Amino acid sequence: MSTFFTSRLFFISIALVLIAATLPLYVSGYVLGLLTVAFYFGVFAMAWDLLFGFAGEVNFGPTFLIGVGAYTAGILNAQFGWSVYLCIVLGALASVIAGLVLALPALRVRGPYFGLTTLVAVLMLQNFIVVFADLTGGEIGLTIPDVISINAGTNYWIALGFMTISAAILYGLSQSPIGLVLQASGQDPVQAGALGFNIVKHKLAAFIVSAFFSGLSGALLVFYFGTASVGTVVDVAVGVNVIVAAVLGGRRTVLGAALGAIFLIVAGEFLRPTGELATFIVSAVALLVVLFFPGGFLGAALSREARS
Amino acid sequence: MIDGFAISALYALGATGFTLIFGVSGVLNLSHGAIMVAAAVAAWAAASVLGVGTYAGALIGVAVALLTAFATYFAVVKPIQDSRRIPNEEKEIFVLTGTLLWGIMIQELIAYFFTNNAKTVLPIVEGVVEILGVRTPQNEIFTAIVCCLVIALLWLLVNRTRTGKAVLAASMNPRGVTLLGLELTNIYIVVWAIYGILAGIAGVLLGMFLGVSSYSVGPLTASAFSIVVLGGLGSVSGSLIAAFVVGYLETLTAYLVSPAYRTIPALLLLVFVMYIRPQGLLGRR
Repeated sequence: MSTFFTSRLFFISIALVLIAATLPLYVSGYVLGLLTVAFYFGVFAMAWDLLFGFAGEVNFGPTFLIGVGAYTAGILNAQFGWSVYLCIVLGALASVIAGLVLALPALRVRGPYFGLTTLVAVLMLQNFIVVFADLTGGEIGLTIPDVISINAGTNYWIALGFMTISAAILYGLSQSPIGLVLQASGQDPVQAGALGFNIVKHKLAAFIVSAFFSGLSGALLVFYFGTASVGTVVDVAVGVNVIVAAVLGGRRTVLGAALGAIFLIVAGEFLRPTGELATFIVSAVALLVVLFFPGGFLGAALSREARS
Repeated sequence: MIDGFAISALYALGATGFTLIFGVSGVLNLSHGAIMVAAAVAAWAAASVLGVGTYAGALIGVAVALLTAFATYFAVVKPIQDSRRIPNEEKEIFVLTGTLLWGIMIQELIAYFFTNNAKTVLPIVEGVVEILGVRTPQNEIFTAIVCCLVIALLWLLVNRTRTGKAVLAASMNPRGVTLLGLELTNIYIVVWAIYGILAGIAGVLLGMFLGVSSYSVGPLTASAFSIVVLGGLGSVSGSLIAAFVVGYLETLTAYLVSPAYRTIPALLLLVFVMYIRPQGLLGRR
C-alpha cells in the first residue's frame, strides 16, 4: 500500500483527476454531459472488475444490480416524491439486497453456471419492468420529477467526485489483504480454502461491494438523466458494454476499467459523423485490443513499466 | 400446434449447433445470432436483388453462414485459444467478449449495407393447405420437415461415421483424442463446419418463416443461449427437448394469454431449472 503513494501510477491518477476537475472552466456543456455519463459508466465497469478480476466470478448481469438501484430510486421519487438523496441511498441499499438474493444461491454453482444465472436475472428484471408498466413506465421509461442539478458543471463535478472516491475505495480494497484473499480464491479456490480463508464469505463481500457501487451509480445516473428506461440501465447490451469496457481497460486493475469506459463512450461520440459505422469501428478496435493486448490499456502500460 | 412445432424445430436447429460447439471445444459463441441473420440476409439479397432463384439463394445463404462460421473460428476463437498471454482460466471470458464484439461487427455491417428493415426470404414452397380444418402455410410444414431431416442427418453423422465418433470423443476427453493420434484442430474445423451449415439452414428458414432484420441478432443469440442452458450445456439431446419445451411454451402463451408475455413463462422455467438443477435437464457437471 505504502509503495502505491510514491508510485508513478498514483501521481498520474492525481494529475488526471486535477486536469479533469478544471474542465468545466473551458469546455462546452455538451462535452461535460458526455463525460458525466462516462464517469458513471466507469464506476459500473470498476464494480464489475472487482467481481471478475479479483473474485474470479463472471457476472454477465451487471445491469441487474445497476437496474435495481436505478429503478428503486426512480420509482420512490416518482411515486412517493421522496427527496433525491434519500432515494439514491435507498436505491443503493435495494441493489445490495438484490445482490445478496442473487449471490446466495448463485455462488453455490461454479464457472459458467454462475454467469448464466446472472444473465437470466437481467432478463427477468427486464420482463418484470415491462409487465408492471404502471409502476415502472414499461418500455417507454419512467420520467422522474427531480434531478440533482440542472447545471452541467455541477453534475460533472458530482460525477467526477463520485468516480474518484469510488475508484479510491475499490482500488484500496483490491490492494488490501481482503483483495489478495479474493484474488487467491478466484485463482485456486481449493488452496485458498485450505489456507483457512472463508472463500464464500469473501466472495459474498465482493458481491455486496460491487452491488453497492453499481446501485449507487445507477441511481445517480437516473437523477442525472431525469428518466429511467430499460435501454439505458437494464438492457443486456448495456451490461455487455460494461464488460467490454472492463476488459478493454485492463482487467484486475480496477482503474483501467474506468479508462476503458471513458474511452468507449468518448470514442462512440467522436465517430458519430461516420453514422452507422461508429459501433462497428468501436467494436473492431475493442476486438483488436482483446486479441493483441489481452491485458488491456492499463495492463499493457503497467507491464511495460515493470519490464523497464 | 403446427405453428408451435415449426418454431420449436427451428429453435432446435439453431440451438443444436450452438451446443455442439460448446460440448466439443468449450466455446460459447455469442455471434450465433449474427451468423444466422447473415445467412438469411444473404439468401434474401441473392434471391430478391440479384434474382438467382430461391433454391440458389438458400444455398448462397448457407454458404455465407459456413464462411462466417470459419471466419469466427480462425479470426477470433483460435487466436484467443492459442494465445500465451491469456491465462487458461480466463480464456472463456475472452472468447465470450471476442465473439460478442465480432457478432456486433457483423450486425453493424449488415445494417450498414442492407439497412435495418426486416427482410423476408422468398419461400421455397408456397401456398396453404388445410390440416384438420386449420389453414396452414405449406412453408411451415416444409420448415418443420427440413429441420427434422437435418437433425436426423446430424444424429447419423455423429453416431454412425468415423468423423462423427471423433467429434463425440473430443467432447468427452480432448486429451485422449490427441493421444490416439487425431489432430484436435481438424476436429474443431469439422465441428465449426457442421455448426456453420446448421446455423445457415436455421437462418434461411427463419428468414422465410418470420423474416429477419439486423435487430434480430440479440434475441436470436439469447434464445439459443437459454435453450441450451435449459437443456444442459453441451448436451445435444437436452437442447432438442428444451427447444420444444420453449417453443410450445412461447406459442401457447402467445395464443392463450397475450403475445406481450410470450417469453416470460420460458424465463420463469429457466430460473426454476437453474435453481433446482443448475446443470440443465440433461447436462453433465
